[in-house]
Amino acid sequence: MVKPTLVSNSIRSHRESAGLTQAELARTIGVTRQTLIAIEQQRYSPTLELAFQIARAFGVGLDELFQYPEARDD
Amino acid sequence: MVYHERAAWAGLIAAVATIVGYVVLVLRSAAGRSLEESDWFPPMLWSIGAGIALSILITIVWGIVAGRRDPEAASASDIRDRDISRMGGRVEQAFLVIAGLGVIALCALGADVFWIANAMFAGFAVSSVVGGVARVIAYRRGLL
Repeated sequence: MVKPTLVSNSIRSHRESAGLTQAELARTIGVTRQTLIAIEQQRYSPTLELAFQIARAFGVGLDELFQYPEARDD
Repeated sequence: MVYHERAAWAGLIAAVATIVGYVVLVLRSAAGRSLEESDWFPPMLWSIGAGIALSILITIVWGIVAGRRDPEAASASDIRDRDISRMGGRVEQAFLVIAGLGVIALCALGADVFWIANAMFAGFAVSSVVGGVARVIAYRRGLL
């Protein structure tokens, strides 16, 4: 699976813990189910606004939901 | 599949069909003569018109079929669709600029009107195909 973004996320585990389907969460944050799938599979980086909406839907902070690799000193 | 992805596929299919149809019509019109002597103008107009109509038709029919399966998602769109649409538009624009520069160069060289018109037509065709491919890849593989 190609991952065009370095931003990883734990949306799927949060969603499953909350007992939400992809369709339900997509409706809550106002996107299509396809877009939510693309975000979960790291094929699309959400906008900052959308990222906040997703975090708010779970009642967590952005840091808990999204991860970005540390810069390497080569 | 969301509305904009279906539209991207429809545009891509229509563009390829249009190009193939136009080339076949012009080659038949030339019938062994040089291409400059062929009756290229009516096939070009018909191809452009038919391409637009085919794209709309595919989108409508596919939309009706998709709407029966999932009425709520059939016409939904969001920010990802807009991002992909914007990216596809930028790709298309690049090829149109190249075609425009080619047309200017051909005019400066005094090329036959056949080559000038067809350079622009090729620009439209290539930009549609490449833009469509870029959109479809973005939907399937992800958007950078």
